[in-house]
Amino acid sequence: MNKYTPLTIIQPISILLAVFLFCYPLFAISEELSSLRGAAINTDSQDPDIKQWQDDKPPIPRDYVQQPPLIPHSIEKYQINRKFNKCLTCHSWTNYKKYGATKVSQTHFADRDKNITANIAARRYFCTQCHVPQVDAPPLIDNQFQPLKTIKRY
Amino acid sequence: MSEQPSKTSLWIKLRSPSKRTLGSILVFGFILGIIFWGGFNTAMEATNQEQFCISCHEMRDNVYQEYKNTIHYSNRTGVRATCPDCHVPKEWTYKMIRKIQASNEVLHKILGSIDTKEKFEAKRLELAKHVWSAMKKTDSRECRNCHQFESMDYTKQGRRSRTNHQKGFSKGETCIDCHKGIAHSLPDMHEVDPSAVVGGK
Repeated sequence: MNKYTPLTIIQPISILLAVFLFCYPLFAISEELSSLRGAAINTDSQDPDIKQWQDDKPPIPRDYVQQPPLIPHSIEKYQINRKFNKCLTCHSWTNYKKYGATKVSQTHFADRDKNITANIAARRYFCTQCHVPQVDAPPLIDNQFQPLKTIKRY
Repeated sequence: MSEQPSKTSLWIKLRSPSKRTLGSILVFGFILGIIFWGGFNTAMEATNQEQFCISCHEMRDNVYQEYKNTIHYSNRTGVRATCPDCHVPKEWTYKMIRKIQASNEVLHKILGSIDTKEKFEAKRLELAKHVWSAMKKTDSRECRNCHQFESMDYTKQGRRSRTNHQKGFSKGETCIDCHKGIAHSLPDMHEVDPSAVVGGK
């Protein structure tokens, strides 16, 4: 009775190997992979720093033609509702000269059927649907995005 | 005839009180004066607390809720301006005048003029206009209890405020001319600036 056939040696080895191979990704994940904010994916990521609104910057150049211009100042606590729009107290056609602000584009004076309206059309009234203020938050992954040559400012 | 002398004597007695009586009148008068004056001021000060203002639901449910989202309630350094800081003058005479005016507010509280959200919203423009015109008349006195033009360092201000503050002050404008609705939601501003309202014409 031959106890030690090649099979009896290979079998436990192969089982060990299979277990190791099965578990390997688990070790690898916990050791090597990490989230964009630098924490391992099986732990809670650290809270990012609280960012402050960039305030009182000169106008920010656009990066592509259709981009809604960014808001270069804080708009904290500004009221924008049916009865009043704080943005327009400086950016409306009536007020922009007095405060040296950029005036609202003429494209905002038409409803969706292209009927010209006397004041900002309702669908363009809520500024922050498209225009947003900025914080200094560098992208988590670098990219090589460049503005189009047609609007690039040198 | 027999009563005549006694009347006269009582009168004479009252006309010429003894020194002890005079002294006690003086002392008691002085003490009572302190108590009443102190009591009066304490009572008036009690009506100058935020808790007093929001003991009426008209204030608590409307303007106070709006105010809680603004910078005068919550900010970086934790300095607060409460209701009376902006709405009641600090100086005694003006404070008295304002307190007497407030009797009108008590009347309307009893009449229930703004006791629902709908009634309040319907009157909001009128009420806001009262505050704006009062602020305009006093050159925003209550604002300037804390924010003084003379102490403003423009170099520390942002681009927008730096230019506009100087422009405004040199034109004789006052805080409320631009800073409306900093502590409460604004009424429908159609009348004030039609270009800043949806559908304004």
